Amino acid sequence: MSTLSRADVARLASLARIDMTDEDLDRLSGQLAAIVDAVAQVAEVAGEDVPATSHPIPMANVHRPDEVRPSLTQEEALSGAPQAEDGRFRVPQILGEEA
Amino acid sequence: MSGVAGVDWTRKSAVEMAHALAAGEVTSVELTQAHLERIAAVDGTDTPSGVHAFLHVDAEGALSTAAEVDADRAAGKELPFLAGVPIAVKDVVVTRGLPTTAGSRILEGWIPPYDATVTRKLRDARMPILGKTNMDEFAMGSSTEHSGYGPTRNPWDLERIPGGSGGGSAAALAAWEAPLAIGSDTGGSIRQPGAVTGTVGVKPTYGGVSRYGVIALASSLDQLGPCARTVDDAAALHEVMGGHDPMDATSLNEPVPACLAAAREGRENGLAGVRIGVITELSGKGYQDGVKQRFEESLETLRGLGAEIVEVSCPSFSYALAAYYLILPSEASSNLAKFDSVRFGLRVERETVEKTMGATRAAGFGDEVKRRIILGTYALSAGYYDAYYGSAQKVRTLIQRDFAAAFAEADVLVSPTAPTTPFKLGERLDDPLAMYLNDVATIPANLAGIPGMSLPAGLAPEDGLPVGFQILAPAHEDARLYRVGAALEAALVAEWGGPLVSQAPELAVAAKGAQR
Repeated sequence: MSTLSRADVARLASLARIDMTDEDLDRLSGQLAAIVDAVAQVAEVAGEDVPATSHPIPMANVHRPDEVRPSLTQEEALSGAPQAEDGRFRVPQILGEEA
Repeated sequence: MSGVAGVDWTRKSAVEMAHALAAGEVTSVELTQAHLERIAAVDGTDTPSGVHAFLHVDAEGALSTAAEVDADRAAGKELPFLAGVPIAVKDVVVTRGLPTTAGSRILEGWIPPYDATVTRKLRDARMPILGKTNMDEFAMGSSTEHSGYGPTRNPWDLERIPGGSGGGSAAALAAWEAPLAIGSDTGGSIRQPGAVTGTVGVKPTYGGVSRYGVIALASSLDQLGPCARTVDDAAALHEVMGGHDPMDATSLNEPVPACLAAAREGRENGLAGVRIGVITELSGKGYQDGVKQRFEESLETLRGLGAEIVEVSCPSFSYALAAYYLILPSEASSNLAKFDSVRFGLRVERETVEKTMGATRAAGFGDEVKRRIILGTYALSAGYYDAYYGSAQKVRTLIQRDFAAAFAEADVLVSPTAPTTPFKLGERLDDPLAMYLNDVATIPANLAGIPGMSLPAGLAPEDGLPVGFQILAPAHEDARLYRVGAALEAALVAEWGGPLVSQAPELAVAAKGAQR
């Protein structure tokens, strides 16, 4: 298994939307490479014939009655937003940033 | 010391407090006030002598609940068993009107507009909520040093870690700041802090306690549970917290385990006919001598109570830590995507929303959170998914098979809760892999979804610090933890002459009236 490079960490950080300075990359990439090397051993034991477990206690078709119930008011739902306007979340420009 | 007729109520168990309230020996306002004064005296964040178990104290809210309980009791109204007994809540649980940060700067100042199901259950049980306890950021850590608001200190030695991620809840109990606390356990975050502070912590069966309104870390592993100073207190709180919740699709639709009755059974009738399996892989190499010694002495005590001790082998456990540190970061990287600067929390404004997200998450998350998000993003990425996340899920199956085989030989399984007693603050902060080793004995239960308890086994002779004894039971058999735990606790407490935490050194108390 190849170890994680500094460039890999920079690319993953941008995918995860976490800005990183050169100093951040210096600090974190060595630690991350060591962790990846340590956890890669899982591939040694898991044979083709072993099924994957995604949830410890299997459950299927969990329903609850589809009933109208009280919920947050619009004001409450927006109460934690950094910015709101006209009953909506306000964000900076979304479109055109790749141009 | 807050005395009511010379009694220091903070030193009582929660069950004793509940009985004293019912008997009219104390009021909830007096009890709550005593704990608030204790918090003011020992929790101070500005001095190196402060425990810093709390991120937020709600004196007004707690006293108002207490006064309502007292009024209802005086009016002769029927009240729940723990009504009027104060409690501390880990800051991962959402509380309407009370700040909730999960230990992260990205949620600084957020006031939730709703209650978690567990919060609502505490309100229905009429328990005054003293405040929110400190934790590693988003519950990622084993020392509470990854909190965005500074570490909690271990009341046994203020230079040492209180465990993590629930170090605040455990330290609040050990420092007599609260008789009960809520914890969350994704890889040991209830049990390991319990072990290193000489307190009791229980991770119920996966789905046993609703997670609605709990800030998610790794959804296939997370479970809320009770933190306490005695097995009975944990049992009483477990019965309040547990139960089916239609708002959580993973919630078990089955009755709450009869925890108090099981504890009574173990304490009164011993353990004749109970088979206890010692997990070979969770002792020996890497475990501190004093930890092993107290563990083995506890096994002798259990044998004396009538239990049969057998040895069981779980060979796949050697891969548990690796599987966990793939599954957890993968799920966390997805769960933490919600902190995007749009709906709640911090925003560091830039010219576009995408740049705003990058700048916000860089400023709001600490290093451990960044490490795990990147690790998870990697493990889930195309070309690596099968080798990492896929293989880790297969290891999970192997661990479940090991448990199934072991539980065919034994009714409960046991091990030390943590390999060592609490280490010094800062000692492992720059070595994530060394930090992860703390969880080696607690992680398998989360991967398999089974319940586990940690309770005090004594002090390690070499350093005088607490050692935890872990009990594991099959899924849905949480009651077995309480039966075996209460029997062992009764025998050990008789030897010690009182709960282990009574042996903790007295903390320096700030001048009366000093505020945090």
